Amino acid sequence: MLGAASWSPLFEPGFFSSEPVHVALAVGAIAAVVSGIVGVFTVIRGQSFAGHALSDIGTAGGSAAFLVGASTLYGFIAFNVVAAAVMELIGIRKPRGRDLATGIVLGASLGLAALFLYEGTISSSTTGATVNVLFGSIFTLPPGITTVIAVLGVASLALIVVLYRPLLLSSVSYELAEARGVPVRLVGAGYLLALALAVSMSAVTIGAILSTALLVGPAAIALRLATRTGMAILLAAAIGVVACWVGTLIAYDSTVWAGGNGWPVSFCIVAVIFVLYFASGVVVGLRADRRRASAGARPAAARPVEVA
Amino acid sequence: MFASFMINAWEAATIVAIVAGVVGFFTVLRGAAFAAHALPNGAFAGAAGAFLIGANTVVGLGVFSLAGAGMIAGLGRRARSDVATALAIVLMLALGDLFLSRTSEYAPEIFALLFGEVLGVSTSKLGPTIAIAAVCIVAVAVLYRPLMLSSVSPDVAEARGINARVMDLAFLVVLALVTTMAVPVVGSLLIFSLLIGPAGAARSFTNRPSAAMSLSVVFALVTVWVAIAVSYETNLPIGFFVGAISAFAYTAGRAWTAWRGKRSRRPGDPVNLTGLTDLADQGTAHAAAESR
Repeated sequence: MLGAASWSPLFEPGFFSSEPVHVALAVGAIAAVVSGIVGVFTVIRGQSFAGHALSDIGTAGGSAAFLVGASTLYGFIAFNVVAAAVMELIGIRKPRGRDLATGIVLGASLGLAALFLYEGTISSSTTGATVNVLFGSIFTLPPGITTVIAVLGVASLALIVVLYRPLLLSSVSYELAEARGVPVRLVGAGYLLALALAVSMSAVTIGAILSTALLVGPAAIALRLATRTGMAILLAAAIGVVACWVGTLIAYDSTVWAGGNGWPVSFCIVAVIFVLYFASGVVVGLRADRRRASAGARPAAARPVEVA
Repeated sequence: MFASFMINAWEAATIVAIVAGVVGFFTVLRGAAFAAHALPNGAFAGAAGAFLIGANTVVGLGVFSLAGAGMIAGLGRRARSDVATALAIVLMLALGDLFLSRTSEYAPEIFALLFGEVLGVSTSKLGPTIAIAAVCIVAVAVLYRPLMLSSVSPDVAEARGINARVMDLAFLVVLALVTTMAVPVVGSLLIFSLLIGPAGAARSFTNRPSAAMSLSVVFALVTVWVAIAVSYETNLPIGFFVGAISAFAYTAGRAWTAWRGKRSRRPGDPVNLTGLTDLADQGTAHAAAESR
């Protein structure tokens, strides 16, 4: 039996009783699950740039809301939904052209953010806004935030569930989906809306860095390991939650060995994701060796989804 | 507007615009918009690290943007390039967060890197800017043909013995140099808009690579000059005007393509560059001659 005493070197005192830690773990888990699931499609569709761009684009909405005294979260969401609509409206299928369109929307939005932040700092001299939006701070979330982001997360996942089959088909093969009569543009727009909601939710709470890290990292790892999309989705969500919790724990504990000034949560979670990413590379390599060894006898039955 | 304290700003912006126009042409051609965003943004970690150990900011930016270029190319061997780029920018930003947390001093010059401070460019900053800009232009001139061929027709490039991965890394290194040159003077947001806006617009107006590149430089110059002038008059941030003008130019380019009709090509297709067809033909002829 493992007593509380044997765990204590792992969990510094107060980890389980601290209210901010509870909120951080809950918000982190919701963000990780939603990002992991939406992220699998982001990686398959090759839209990581759009996923990352939205976390920056929302900054313009957040700072505009800040300027007029409205809720930053709603400003963020409103701007992201509009940006997603514009990206879809430009509607270029070729990845090169699509990334350019995403970049133009991103550049224009960052310009607007510069304008709003500048106006904001003149009228009320709040300089921390940029920094806060970029890095976020998982340990300083208000307890009430959990409900709001749970609602957003559920909305995003509901879209994915409704669109699941046509979305998967059009993500894997646009032409095939089109030939089968799938309304590919509509499905693409619905997916971008789900992405915009998921990214807004995670970027506002845990910051732009972690938003992208949890969107792309776990999904890329899962798609390397899993052979079926359904499995990849479950795996991505699980990896996201594990990375988030382990990272939060390391950051919490780091206050002890780093002398009061702990390591940032964003760095710890990203580090865990990278360790898992390289570990998944090793696993894939070992599997390939084993398959090669038995290749003489029979052809490989199942290969990992080769998109990530 | 042309007072003595503004001269450095005009010079720095002009140099940055010329390089951004040239390199931006290849950025758009190769579909490397994400890398053009990731390197200037992530490189701020290098500046934060340099601040922490008391080193030169530009050296920190250079080291980190080159490391970022290597990471995107390295991860890109096993993953798709957009995933590799996303992982690279996330790691760089997270390292930046770590470096910033190690110091209790507020470092305004680190945050200035995001939005730039072109109006505050000192003469001492102009030297490195000019030197690195020259290196970028020379590098593009040397790489011009193989880079063009591998961007437009990878198969022909491969047949002529041009390694796609080497070209990818070479281009990312040039992008890292542009980052090191531009971020200290104009900021990461501005250089990103300048890399993709003018070049994205230019290719809508012409099919020839040399003309598209020249037009891209002209658009980039007009963008920064107008942005500085309007910013000076209105007292609003330059980044806003550069972003807005870039988006306007791109939209105008798309509208022009649409208006000219769907006769020859669809909007958003890679440029069907006549000059390149010649290049490709030469390549095929060359390969054929060698095989004979």
